[in-house]
Amino acid sequence: MNVVVCVKLVPDPNTPGQLDPETHRLRRDLADAVLDPGDEFGVEAGLQLAEAHGGEVRVVSMGPERAVDAVRKALAMGATKGVLVCDDSLRGADALTTAKVLAAAIRREPYDLVITATESTDGYSGIVPQALAELLGVPAVTFASEMSSDGSLLTATRQTERGSETVVTGLPCVVAVTAGVNEPRYPTLRGIMGVKSKPLERLTPTDLGLAASVPTPTGQTVVSVTMAGQRQAGEVVRDDGDGAHRIVELLARLRVI
Amino acid sequence: MANGPVWVFAEVVDGRVAPGALELLTKARSLGAADVEAVCLGPGAREAVGELGRHGASTVYISIDAGFVELLMGGPGADTLAPLIATRKPELILFPGTHDGRDLAGRLAAKLDLPVIANGLDIETGAAITVTSTIFGVTQVVRTEFGERRPALALFRPKAFTASALPAGPAPRTVEVPAVIDERHRRARVVDRSTPVATGPALEEATVVVSGGRGLQEPANFELLHEVAGLLHGAVGASRAAVDAGWVPYSMQVGQTGKTVKPTVYIACGISGAMQHTVGMRGAQAIVAINRDPEAPIFKLADLGIVGDALTVLRQLRDELRSRSG
Repeated sequence: MNVVVCVKLVPDPNTPGQLDPETHRLRRDLADAVLDPGDEFGVEAGLQLAEAHGGEVRVVSMGPERAVDAVRKALAMGATKGVLVCDDSLRGADALTTAKVLAAAIRREPYDLVITATESTDGYSGIVPQALAELLGVPAVTFASEMSSDGSLLTATRQTERGSETVVTGLPCVVAVTAGVNEPRYPTLRGIMGVKSKPLERLTPTDLGLAASVPTPTGQTVVSVTMAGQRQAGEVVRDDGDGAHRIVELLARLRVI
Repeated sequence: MANGPVWVFAEVVDGRVAPGALELLTKARSLGAADVEAVCLGPGAREAVGELGRHGASTVYISIDAGFVELLMGGPGADTLAPLIATRKPELILFPGTHDGRDLAGRLAAKLDLPVIANGLDIETGAAITVTSTIFGVTQVVRTEFGERRPALALFRPKAFTASALPAGPAPRTVEVPAVIDERHRRARVVDRSTPVATGPALEEATVVVSGGRGLQEPANFELLHEVAGLLHGAVGASRAAVDAGWVPYSMQVGQTGKTVKPTVYIACGISGAMQHTVGMRGAQAIVAINRDPEAPIFKLADLGIVGDALTVLRQLRDELRSRSG
């Protein structure tokens, strides 16, 4: 089973990002950048399926030059080869542009399954997997918290607002996995040493035949970025045995009890 | 606002119109559009028409094919709506940011090459259509303007607007639309659905929410949260970390990828306060946090923060509430 996993370099979620008030784009200079922690689950899921059924895991990413680090991390975990689509014209790309680029990069070779995260940790629009599936002409199982395959059909548990549903689909398809779908492996020393010998291609929209269609014209423009009004922190007290009583007092003041 | 109608994508859940549709219809009425119309797909759509009308829809497009629930609805939904969009030419389509809402909006954007903005909290129309959303865990507010291409697609966070019905008026016009279900979409089927049995008020509607995270140490300790929530007639929520660990079902998750709650009081127990979580609960009127770590980010937004052992505090809280009600 040949699996493609889409990955993204994001600002380290432990050091919150900031948009540049001038350019309205992410200030990548301020943040440590990492492979999106949400994508590690997708890489792991892809590796498990390729290990069970044969085949390889290809990693596809779009981002700045340093996003190559995200691809390398996935290669160190065990993916076979990687592609990074990188170009100045893609800076600040919206969700649809991202989907077009990823779809074109995925189509260059045959695939059985495309795995993405449910949403990126930085942009979290949560619509790229569906747009990608539409462009590829395949089903999209989103919010998948479990998945398995016999090599021709894929069975997934899809989280819904009320519970869950079991979805069975033919291949190829797109599956957007949630965090917690598995326990992502750590790259081994051997895996890290092996990255250098794995193919890693850098492409531009022109290489993909997309020069005319991305970024999507007449799409959308960020017009302002401002700091949100913050909640004021209240009182923080050490529990000396009266913590519960303080809560009861608050509940009574709010007339909840 | 130009001449085309504003559409709202309405979902029916368990035979009831989902709250997101009513919130979005209420907002759509204020956007200065010539017409506010709703789109409702799947069995149950016909029964939803009246309530959608009471919230401002002058026309409701329905398609009651069982395929919208037996299959994943995104693909068939987009294929069914595309020809309708071509003839009715809506200016703007508002979607709830639910799982199916995202599936449909993402598909439509790609199918018709339309701009789409997600995670909206507000929208203004004038010379341009501008959506306000927040990023990085609600620390920054972003205003994004749609370009000229129509319809513009916008997804909104739950509870971004407050639903209100109109005084009684004429029933809306119902237009039945043929379902377009391509063979390729029949390859993915929903073969089973499960809904955990819930007791007490729904998480999104409860006035008190008691939530737990990994700081509760083990899943059995959620029982204590249920006891406290029961005494307060509230509901129990959880952080993504607790859900990912398999302690509690996803239906209890509060946060960016879970539910959005706006209770009178939110009590966060053993939750550090990652952005993923705070996005879903910072609209609470009052926030109480109990955590061992005095540096936990949750204390930055708590009205009352207790640095201590969540289980100890919760046991005392349960006992004190019992003695008050006893």
